[in-house]
Amino acid sequence: MRNIFLFIRRYSIFFFFLVLQVIALTLLFSYRKFHQAAFMGIANNVTGRLNEEYNSVELYFKLKQKNKELLEENNRLRNLLSSNFQLRDTSFTLVRDTAKIDSTGLVRRFISFPAQVVDNSTSRENNYIMINRGSNQGIKRDMGVVSPSGVVGTVVDVSTNYAVVMSLLHRLNKVSAAVKKTGESGTVEWDGKNPLYLTLREIPKSVKLQKGDSIVTSRYSDKFPPDMLIGTVESVHSESGSNFHTVKVRTANNFFNVQYVYVIENLDKEEQQNLKSAIRNP
Amino acid sequence: MSELLKNSIRFVVFLFVQVYVLNNVPPLHQFVVPYLYFLYILWLPFNMNRFAILVVGFIFGLSLDAYTKTPGLHAAACVLIAYLRPFMVNLLMAKDTSEFNYVSPSAKSMGWAPYATYVFVLTLFHNFYLLFLEWLQFGNFLYFIGKVSATTAVSFLMIMIVEMLFPRKQRFRTNTA
Repeated sequence: MRNIFLFIRRYSIFFFFLVLQVIALTLLFSYRKFHQAAFMGIANNVTGRLNEEYNSVELYFKLKQKNKELLEENNRLRNLLSSNFQLRDTSFTLVRDTAKIDSTGLVRRFISFPAQVVDNSTSRENNYIMINRGSNQGIKRDMGVVSPSGVVGTVVDVSTNYAVVMSLLHRLNKVSAAVKKTGESGTVEWDGKNPLYLTLREIPKSVKLQKGDSIVTSRYSDKFPPDMLIGTVESVHSESGSNFHTVKVRTANNFFNVQYVYVIENLDKEEQQNLKSAIRNP
Repeated sequence: MSELLKNSIRFVVFLFVQVYVLNNVPPLHQFVVPYLYFLYILWLPFNMNRFAILVVGFIFGLSLDAYTKTPGLHAAACVLIAYLRPFMVNLLMAKDTSEFNYVSPSAKSMGWAPYATYVFVLTLFHNFYLLFLEWLQFGNFLYFIGKVSATTAVSFLMIMIVEMLFPRKQRFRTNTA
Protein backbone atom coordinates (compact mmCIF):
# COMPACT_ATOMS: atom_id res chain seq x y z
CA MET A 1 0.00 0.00 0.00
CA ARG A 2 2.78 2.35 0.95
CA ASN A 3 4.48 1.64 -2.34
CA ILE A 4 1.34 2.56 -4.24
CA PHE A 5 1.19 5.92 -2.52
CA LEU A 6 4.88 6.47 -3.22
CA PHE A 7 4.31 5.56 -6.85
CA ILE A 8 1.41 8.00 -7.17
CA ARG A 9 3.39 10.71 -5.42
CA ARG A 10 6.40 10.17 -7.60
CA TYR A 11 4.45 10.35 -10.85
CA SER A 12 1.85 12.87 -9.67
CA ILE A 13 2.69 15.35 -12.43
CA PHE A 14 2.35 12.67 -15.06
CA PHE A 15 -1.04 11.66 -13.65
CA PHE A 16 -2.17 15.27 -13.58
CA PHE A 17 -1.07 15.56 -17.21
CA LEU A 18 -3.12 12.48 -18.08
CA VAL A 19 -6.18 13.84 -16.28
CA LEU A 20 -6.00 17.13 -18.21
CA GLN A 21 -5.55 15.25 -21.49
CA VAL A 22 -8.58 13.08 -20.77
CA ILE A 23 -10.71 16.14 -19.95
CA ALA A 24 -9.61 17.89 -23.15
CA LEU A 25 -10.18 14.86 -25.37
CA THR A 26 -13.57 14.10 -23.81
CA LEU A 27 -14.68 17.67 -24.50
CA LEU A 28 -13.35 17.47 -28.04
CA PHE A 29 -14.93 14.20 -29.08
CA SER A 30 -18.26 14.81 -27.38
CA TYR A 31 -18.50 18.21 -29.11
CA ARG A 32 -17.67 16.65 -32.47
CA LYS A 33 -20.42 14.13 -32.05
CA PHE A 34 -23.21 16.22 -30.57
CA HIS A 35 -22.08 19.81 -31.05
CA GLN A 36 -22.71 20.48 -27.40
CA ALA A 37 -20.13 20.84 -24.69
CA ALA A 38 -20.44 21.84 -21.06
CA PHE A 39 -18.85 25.26 -21.25
CA MET A 40 -19.49 26.24 -24.88
CA GLY A 41 -22.81 27.96 -24.15
CA ILE A 42 -21.22 30.49 -21.81
CA ALA A 43 -18.07 30.70 -23.92
CA ASN A 44 -20.13 31.50 -27.01
CA ASN A 45 -21.78 34.40 -25.24
CA VAL A 46 -18.38 35.85 -24.22
CA THR A 47 -16.59 35.27 -27.52
CA GLY A 48 -19.69 36.40 -29.37
CA ARG A 49 -19.62 39.77 -27.67
CA LEU A 50 -15.90 40.28 -28.37
CA ASN A 51 -16.32 39.13 -31.94
CA GLU A 52 -19.15 41.60 -32.39
CA GLU A 53 -16.90 44.46 -31.24
CA TYR A 54 -14.19 43.33 -33.62
CA ASN A 55 -16.70 42.91 -36.40
CA SER A 56 -18.06 46.42 -35.95
CA VAL A 57 -14.58 47.69 -36.86
CA GLU A 58 -13.99 45.23 -39.65
CA LEU A 59 -17.36 46.03 -41.16
CA TYR A 60 -16.19 49.45 -42.33
CA PHE A 61 -13.58 47.96 -44.62
CA LYS A 62 -16.19 45.96 -46.46
CA LEU A 63 -18.96 48.55 -46.68
CA LYS A 64 -18.46 49.35 -50.33
CA GLN A 65 -18.71 45.80 -51.52
CA LYS A 66 -21.58 45.01 -49.18
CA ASN A 67 -23.53 47.98 -50.50
CA LYS A 68 -23.03 46.71 -53.99
CA GLU A 69 -24.23 43.24 -53.06
CA LEU A 70 -27.28 44.58 -51.23
CA LEU A 71 -28.06 46.78 -54.19
CA GLU A 72 -27.93 43.79 -56.47
CA GLU A 73 -30.17 41.84 -54.18
CA ASN A 74 -32.62 44.71 -53.88
CA ASN A 75 -32.71 44.89 -57.61
CA ARG A 76 -33.40 41.20 -57.91
CA LEU A 77 -36.17 41.38 -55.31
CA ARG A 78 -37.64 44.47 -56.91
CA ASN A 79 -37.96 42.54 -60.12
CA LEU A 80 -40.00 39.96 -58.27
CA LEU A 81 -42.45 42.57 -56.98
CA SER A 82 -46.01 41.76 -57.80
CA SER A 83 -46.52 45.19 -59.35
CA ASN A 84 -44.27 44.10 -62.19
CA PHE A 85 -46.80 41.54 -63.26
CA GLN A 86 -50.21 41.97 -64.74
CA LEU A 87 -51.99 39.32 -62.74
CA ARG A 88 -51.60 40.40 -59.16
CA ASP A 89 -49.85 37.74 -57.09
CA THR A 90 -51.01 37.84 -53.49
CA SER A 91 -49.86 34.41 -52.47
CA PHE A 92 -46.78 35.48 -50.50
CA THR A 93 -46.68 37.70 -47.48
CA LEU A 94 -43.67 38.43 -45.37
CA VAL A 95 -45.45 38.79 -42.05
CA ARG A 96 -44.72 36.04 -39.57
CA ASP A 97 -47.89 36.12 -37.53
CA THR A 98 -50.43 35.62 -40.27
CA ALA A 99 -52.25 32.34 -40.55
CA LYS A 100 -50.17 29.54 -41.95
CA ILE A 101 -52.69 28.94 -44.69
CA ASP A 102 -53.55 31.99 -46.75
CA SER A 103 -56.62 32.64 -48.80
CA THR A 104 -55.26 31.30 -52.08
CA GLY A 105 -54.66 27.87 -50.58
CA LEU A 106 -50.87 28.03 -50.56
CA VAL A 107 -49.18 26.88 -47.37
CA ARG A 108 -46.11 28.68 -46.14
CA ARG A 109 -43.34 26.19 -45.53
CA PHE A 110 -40.23 28.33 -45.07
CA ILE A 111 -39.69 31.63 -43.33
CA SER A 112 -36.43 33.55 -43.00
CA PHE A 113 -34.82 35.80 -40.40
CA PRO A 114 -32.02 38.25 -41.17
CA ALA A 115 -28.79 38.00 -39.16
CA GLN A 116 -25.31 39.42 -39.18
CA VAL A 117 -22.12 37.37 -39.15
CA VAL A 118 -19.88 38.20 -36.18
CA ASP A 119 -17.19 35.59 -36.65
CA ASN A 120 -16.09 33.55 -39.61
CA SER A 121 -13.32 31.17 -40.52
CA THR A 122 -12.24 29.56 -43.76
CA SER A 123 -8.72 28.34 -43.08
CA ARG A 124 -9.48 25.28 -40.99
CA GLU A 125 -10.84 21.91 -41.98
CA ASN A 126 -13.97 22.39 -39.95
CA ASN A 127 -15.15 25.94 -40.32
CA TYR A 128 -17.83 27.63 -38.29
CA ILE A 129 -19.60 30.97 -38.60
CA MET A 130 -21.11 32.80 -35.65
CA ILE A 131 -24.22 34.96 -36.11
CA ASN A 132 -25.79 37.52 -33.81
CA ARG A 133 -29.15 35.84 -33.39
CA GLY A 134 -29.88 33.13 -30.83
CA SER A 135 -32.67 31.26 -29.11
CA ASN A 136 -34.14 34.54 -27.84
CA GLN A 137 -34.61 35.60 -31.44
CA GLY A 138 -36.16 32.33 -32.54
CA ILE A 139 -33.13 30.43 -33.83
CA LYS A 140 -33.13 26.67 -33.33
CA ARG A 141 -30.64 23.98 -34.19
CA ASP A 142 -30.63 22.53 -37.71
CA MET A 143 -32.00 25.62 -39.40
CA GLY A 144 -30.54 26.44 -42.80
CA VAL A 145 -28.49 29.59 -43.41
CA VAL A 146 -28.15 31.36 -46.75
CA SER A 147 -26.51 34.58 -47.88
CA PRO A 148 -27.65 36.87 -50.71
CA SER A 149 -25.45 34.91 -53.12
CA GLY A 150 -25.93 31.31 -52.02
CA VAL A 151 -26.16 28.63 -49.36
CA VAL A 152 -23.93 29.15 -46.29
CA GLY A 153 -24.56 26.28 -43.86
CA THR A 154 -26.56 24.84 -40.98
CA VAL A 155 -27.11 26.06 -37.41
CA VAL A 156 -25.46 23.59 -35.00
CA ASP A 157 -25.34 25.34 -31.65
CA VAL A 158 -27.48 28.08 -30.13
CA SER A 159 -26.92 30.28 -27.09
CA THR A 160 -29.33 32.97 -25.93
CA ASN A 161 -28.14 35.71 -28.28
CA TYR A 162 -25.76 34.01 -30.69
CA ALA A 163 -25.75 30.92 -32.83
CA VAL A 164 -22.94 28.86 -34.34
CA VAL A 165 -23.35 27.85 -37.96
CA MET A 166 -21.51 24.90 -39.46
CA SER A 167 -20.49 26.35 -42.79
CA LEU A 168 -20.51 24.40 -46.05
CA LEU A 169 -16.75 24.34 -45.53
CA HIS A 170 -16.98 21.65 -42.84
CA ARG A 171 -16.06 18.02 -43.22
CA LEU A 172 -19.32 16.83 -41.70
CA ASN A 173 -21.64 19.10 -43.61
CA LYS A 174 -23.80 17.35 -46.15
CA VAL A 175 -26.39 19.29 -48.11
CA SER A 176 -28.92 17.70 -50.40
CA ALA A 177 -28.37 19.28 -53.81
CA ALA A 178 -29.69 18.94 -57.32
CA VAL A 179 -28.68 19.77 -60.86
CA LYS A 180 -30.90 22.65 -61.84
CA LYS A 181 -31.51 21.80 -65.47
CA THR A 182 -32.42 18.13 -65.05
CA GLY A 183 -33.36 17.79 -61.37
CA GLU A 184 -31.24 14.77 -60.35
CA SER A 185 -30.27 15.07 -56.73
CA GLY A 186 -27.06 14.26 -54.89
CA THR A 187 -25.05 15.37 -51.90
CA VAL A 188 -22.66 18.30 -51.61
CA GLU A 189 -19.67 17.86 -49.30
CA TRP A 190 -16.33 19.53 -48.71
CA ASP A 191 -12.98 17.75 -48.84
CA GLY A 192 -11.31 20.15 -46.41
CA LYS A 193 -8.79 21.51 -48.90
CA ASN A 194 -9.73 24.43 -51.08
CA PRO A 195 -12.44 26.78 -49.71
CA LEU A 196 -13.43 27.75 -53.26
CA TYR A 197 -14.62 24.29 -54.30
CA LEU A 198 -17.12 21.74 -53.00
CA THR A 199 -17.70 18.18 -54.13
CA LEU A 200 -21.03 16.92 -55.46
CA ARG A 201 -21.57 13.16 -55.37
CA GLU A 202 -24.26 10.66 -56.34
CA ILE A 203 -25.23 12.27 -59.62
CA PRO A 204 -25.83 9.37 -62.04
CA LYS A 205 -23.64 9.18 -65.13
CA SER A 206 -26.67 9.46 -67.39
CA VAL A 207 -26.76 13.19 -66.66
CA LYS A 208 -24.68 15.23 -69.09
CA LEU A 209 -23.02 17.96 -67.09
CA GLN A 210 -21.18 20.94 -68.47
CA LYS A 211 -18.95 23.53 -66.89
CA GLY A 212 -21.12 26.33 -65.53
CA ASP A 213 -24.28 24.30 -64.86
CA SER A 214 -26.06 25.51 -61.72
CA ILE A 215 -26.19 23.29 -58.64
CA VAL A 216 -29.12 24.20 -56.39
CA THR A 217 -30.69 22.89 -53.19
CA SER A 218 -32.89 19.90 -53.88
CA ARG A 219 -36.60 19.47 -53.30
CA TYR A 220 -35.87 16.82 -50.68
CA SER A 221 -33.98 19.07 -48.30
CA ASP A 222 -35.75 19.80 -45.03
CA LYS A 223 -33.57 22.84 -44.29
CA PHE A 224 -33.54 24.87 -47.47
CA PRO A 225 -36.27 25.91 -49.90
CA PRO A 226 -35.77 24.28 -53.29
CA ASP A 227 -33.77 25.96 -56.06
CA MET A 228 -31.42 28.07 -53.96
CA LEU A 229 -28.03 28.37 -55.62
CA ILE A 230 -25.15 26.39 -54.06
CA GLY A 231 -22.61 26.75 -56.84
CA THR A 232 -21.71 26.05 -60.44
CA VAL A 233 -20.03 23.04 -62.00
CA GLU A 234 -16.29 23.54 -62.41
CA SER A 235 -15.23 20.13 -63.65
CA VAL A 236 -16.62 16.60 -63.80
CA HIS A 237 -14.58 13.62 -62.76
CA SER A 238 -15.96 10.20 -63.62
CA GLU A 239 -14.36 7.07 -62.26
CA SER A 240 -14.79 4.07 -64.49
CA GLY A 241 -15.84 1.70 -61.68
CA SER A 242 -18.73 3.80 -60.44
CA ASN A 243 -22.13 4.71 -61.78
CA PHE A 244 -21.90 8.23 -60.43
CA HIS A 245 -20.13 11.45 -61.30
CA THR A 246 -17.85 13.19 -58.83
CA VAL A 247 -18.38 16.86 -59.59
CA LYS A 248 -16.16 19.74 -58.51
CA VAL A 249 -18.44 22.67 -57.70
CA ARG A 250 -17.35 26.28 -57.39
CA THR A 251 -19.22 27.85 -54.45
CA ALA A 252 -21.70 30.57 -55.33
CA ASN A 253 -21.21 32.21 -51.97
CA ASN A 254 -17.92 33.94 -51.20
CA PHE A 255 -17.08 32.46 -47.80
CA PHE A 256 -14.21 34.86 -47.24
CA ASN A 257 -16.39 37.92 -46.74
CA VAL A 258 -19.86 36.70 -45.82
CA GLN A 259 -21.48 39.41 -43.69
CA TYR A 260 -25.27 39.35 -43.82
CA VAL A 261 -27.17 36.10 -43.89
CA TYR A 262 -30.73 34.80 -43.64
CA VAL A 263 -31.64 31.98 -41.31
CA ILE A 264 -34.37 29.80 -42.74
CA GLU A 265 -36.90 27.98 -40.64
CA ASN A 266 -38.88 25.06 -41.99
CA LEU A 267 -42.30 25.37 -40.40
CA ASP A 268 -43.16 21.75 -41.13
CA LYS A 269 -39.91 20.36 -39.85
CA GLU A 270 -41.26 18.88 -36.65
CA GLU A 271 -44.00 17.07 -38.47
CA GLN A 272 -41.55 15.73 -41.05
CA GLN A 273 -39.17 14.56 -38.39
CA ASN A 274 -41.84 12.90 -36.29
CA LEU A 275 -42.94 10.97 -39.32
CA LYS A 276 -39.37 9.99 -40.08
CA SER A 277 -38.62 8.84 -36.55
CA ALA A 278 -41.86 6.88 -36.48
CA ILE A 279 -40.53 4.86 -39.39
CA ARG A 280 -37.19 4.36 -37.76
CA ASN A 281 -38.58 3.00 -34.47
CA PRO A 282 -41.85 1.25 -35.25
CA MET B 1 6.86 44.91 -14.10
CA SER B 2 6.22 41.76 -12.15
CA GLU B 3 6.36 38.43 -13.95
CA LEU B 4 2.75 37.67 -13.11
CA LEU B 5 1.46 40.90 -14.66
CA LYS B 6 3.73 40.50 -17.68
CA ASN B 7 2.52 36.99 -18.32
CA SER B 8 -1.13 37.94 -17.82
CA ILE B 9 -0.80 40.64 -20.49
CA ARG B 10 0.99 38.19 -22.79
CA PHE B 11 -1.86 35.71 -22.31
CA VAL B 12 -4.38 38.18 -23.73
CA VAL B 13 -2.08 39.50 -26.46
CA PHE B 14 -1.11 36.05 -27.77
CA LEU B 15 -4.74 34.94 -27.68
CA PHE B 16 -6.02 37.96 -29.60
CA VAL B 17 -3.20 37.93 -32.13
CA GLN B 18 -3.95 34.29 -32.88
CA VAL B 19 -7.73 34.79 -33.03
CA TYR B 20 -8.06 38.11 -34.80
CA VAL B 21 -4.91 38.27 -36.93
CA LEU B 22 -3.49 34.85 -37.72
CA ASN B 23 -6.81 32.99 -37.94
CA ASN B 24 -8.03 35.62 -40.39
CA VAL B 25 -5.09 35.24 -42.75
CA PRO B 26 -6.48 33.97 -46.04
CA PRO B 27 -5.25 30.41 -46.59
CA LEU B 28 -2.00 30.49 -48.54
CA HIS B 29 -1.98 26.80 -49.21
CA GLN B 30 -3.99 23.87 -47.89
CA PHE B 31 -0.99 22.76 -45.82
CA VAL B 32 -0.25 26.06 -44.14
CA VAL B 33 -1.99 27.10 -40.94
CA PRO B 34 -0.15 29.84 -39.06
CA TYR B 35 0.08 28.91 -35.38
CA LEU B 36 1.95 31.21 -33.01
CA TYR B 37 -0.09 31.30 -29.82
CA PHE B 38 1.74 28.43 -28.07
CA LEU B 39 4.87 30.61 -27.87
CA TYR B 40 3.18 31.92 -24.72
CA ILE B 41 3.81 28.57 -23.03
CA LEU B 42 7.42 28.47 -24.24
CA TRP B 43 8.00 31.89 -22.68
CA LEU B 44 6.71 31.07 -19.19
CA PRO B 45 9.33 31.53 -16.43
CA PHE B 46 11.78 28.76 -15.52
CA ASN B 47 10.91 28.69 -11.85
CA MET B 48 7.22 28.00 -12.33
CA ASN B 49 5.77 24.97 -10.59
CA ARG B 50 5.22 22.11 -13.06
CA PHE B 51 1.58 21.79 -11.96
CA ALA B 52 1.08 25.48 -12.56
CA ILE B 53 2.50 25.24 -16.08
CA LEU B 54 0.08 22.42 -16.88
CA VAL B 55 -2.88 24.36 -15.50
CA VAL B 56 -1.93 27.56 -17.35
CA GLY B 57 -1.43 25.59 -20.57
CA PHE B 58 -4.84 23.97 -20.21
CA ILE B 59 -6.63 27.26 -19.53
CA PHE B 60 -4.79 29.01 -22.36
CA GLY B 61 -5.67 26.28 -24.84
CA LEU B 62 -9.27 26.22 -23.71
CA SER B 63 -9.56 30.01 -24.15
CA LEU B 64 -8.45 29.68 -27.76
CA ASP B 65 -10.86 26.77 -28.20
CA ALA B 66 -13.74 28.98 -27.13
CA TYR B 67 -13.02 31.09 -30.21
CA THR B 68 -12.39 28.31 -32.70
CA LYS B 69 -15.35 26.21 -31.47
CA THR B 70 -13.19 23.15 -30.95
CA PRO B 71 -13.39 22.60 -27.16
CA GLY B 72 -10.38 20.60 -26.02
CA LEU B 73 -8.38 20.53 -29.27
CA HIS B 74 -5.86 23.27 -28.56
CA ALA B 75 -6.08 22.57 -24.83
CA ALA B 76 -4.83 19.01 -25.39
CA ALA B 77 -1.89 20.19 -27.51
CA CYS B 78 -1.00 22.95 -25.05
CA VAL B 79 -1.06 20.56 -22.10
CA LEU B 80 1.26 18.23 -24.01
CA ILE B 81 3.93 20.87 -24.62
CA ALA B 82 3.47 22.26 -21.11
CA TYR B 83 4.24 18.76 -19.83
CA LEU B 84 7.26 18.27 -22.10
CA ARG B 85 8.71 21.75 -21.53
CA PRO B 86 10.60 21.06 -18.25
CA PHE B 87 12.27 17.98 -19.79
CA MET B 88 13.45 20.03 -22.77
CA VAL B 89 14.78 22.77 -20.49
CA ASN B 90 16.69 20.23 -18.39
CA LEU B 91 18.14 18.62 -21.48
CA LEU B 92 19.24 21.78 -23.19
CA MET B 93 20.47 24.02 -20.40
CA ALA B 94 24.16 23.56 -19.73
CA LYS B 95 24.61 21.95 -16.33
CA ASP B 96 27.03 24.47 -14.83
CA THR B 97 24.82 27.45 -15.63
CA SER B 98 21.64 25.63 -14.78
CA GLU B 99 21.23 27.70 -11.67
CA PHE B 100 18.96 29.65 -14.01
CA ASN B 101 20.49 33.07 -14.00
CA TYR B 102 17.70 34.33 -16.23
CA VAL B 103 13.98 34.40 -15.63
CA SER B 104 12.58 32.67 -18.69
CA PRO B 105 13.72 30.75 -21.79
CA SER B 106 15.05 32.99 -24.55
CA ALA B 107 17.86 33.05 -27.07
CA LYS B 108 19.91 35.07 -24.63
CA SER B 109 19.40 32.91 -21.57
CA MET B 110 19.91 29.59 -23.34
CA GLY B 111 22.01 30.49 -26.38
CA TRP B 112 20.73 30.54 -29.95
CA ALA B 113 21.31 26.90 -30.85
CA PRO B 114 19.78 25.30 -27.73
CA TYR B 115 16.91 27.79 -27.83
CA ALA B 116 16.20 27.03 -31.50
CA THR B 117 16.21 23.31 -30.70
CA TYR B 118 13.88 23.90 -27.76
CA VAL B 119 11.46 25.87 -29.94
CA PHE B 120 11.66 23.48 -32.87
CA VAL B 121 11.04 20.31 -30.88
CA LEU B 122 8.11 21.73 -28.92
CA THR B 123 6.62 23.27 -32.08
CA LEU B 124 6.85 19.90 -33.79
CA PHE B 125 5.18 18.14 -30.84
CA HIS B 126 2.45 20.75 -30.67
CA ASN B 127 1.62 20.69 -34.37
CA PHE B 128 1.94 16.94 -34.66
CA TYR B 129 -0.51 16.34 -31.82
CA LEU B 130 -2.92 19.09 -32.85
CA LEU B 131 -3.09 18.01 -36.49
CA PHE B 132 -3.18 14.35 -35.44
CA LEU B 133 -6.37 15.03 -33.46
CA GLU B 134 -7.82 16.83 -36.50
CA TRP B 135 -6.69 14.05 -38.79
CA LEU B 136 -8.41 11.31 -36.74
CA GLN B 137 -11.68 12.30 -38.39
CA PHE B 138 -10.55 11.81 -41.94
CA GLY B 139 -7.44 10.00 -42.99
CA ASN B 140 -5.02 10.79 -45.73
CA PHE B 141 -1.56 10.07 -44.40
CA LEU B 142 0.48 12.06 -46.92
CA TYR B 143 -1.75 15.07 -46.41
CA PHE B 144 -1.24 14.78 -42.66
CA ILE B 145 2.56 14.54 -42.90
CA GLY B 146 2.69 17.39 -45.41
CA LYS B 147 0.55 19.57 -43.21
CA VAL B 148 2.60 18.84 -40.08
CA SER B 149 5.89 19.70 -41.77
CA ALA B 150 4.61 22.82 -43.54
CA THR B 151 2.83 24.11 -40.45
CA THR B 152 5.86 23.44 -38.24
CA ALA B 153 8.14 25.25 -40.69
CA VAL B 154 5.83 28.27 -40.77
CA SER B 155 5.41 28.33 -36.97
CA PHE B 156 9.17 28.04 -36.43
CA LEU B 157 9.85 30.83 -38.91
CA MET B 158 7.28 33.07 -37.25
CA ILE B 159 8.66 32.41 -33.77
CA MET B 160 12.18 33.29 -34.90
CA ILE B 161 10.89 36.49 -36.50
CA VAL B 162 9.07 37.36 -33.27
CA GLU B 163 12.28 36.72 -31.33
CA MET B 164 14.17 39.16 -33.52
CA LEU B 165 11.44 41.81 -33.67
CA PHE B 166 10.63 41.80 -29.96
CA PRO B 167 13.78 41.03 -27.98
CA ARG B 168 12.75 40.55 -24.37
CA LYS B 169 14.82 42.46 -21.90
CA GLN B 170 16.28 39.85 -19.59
CA ARG B 171 17.98 40.93 -16.46
CA PHE B 172 20.77 38.80 -15.18
CA ARG B 173 19.51 37.49 -11.88
CA THR B 174 21.97 37.79 -9.05
CA ASN B 175 21.76 36.22 -5.66
CA THR B 176 20.70 39.50 -4.13
CA ALA B 177 17.71 39.94 -6.38
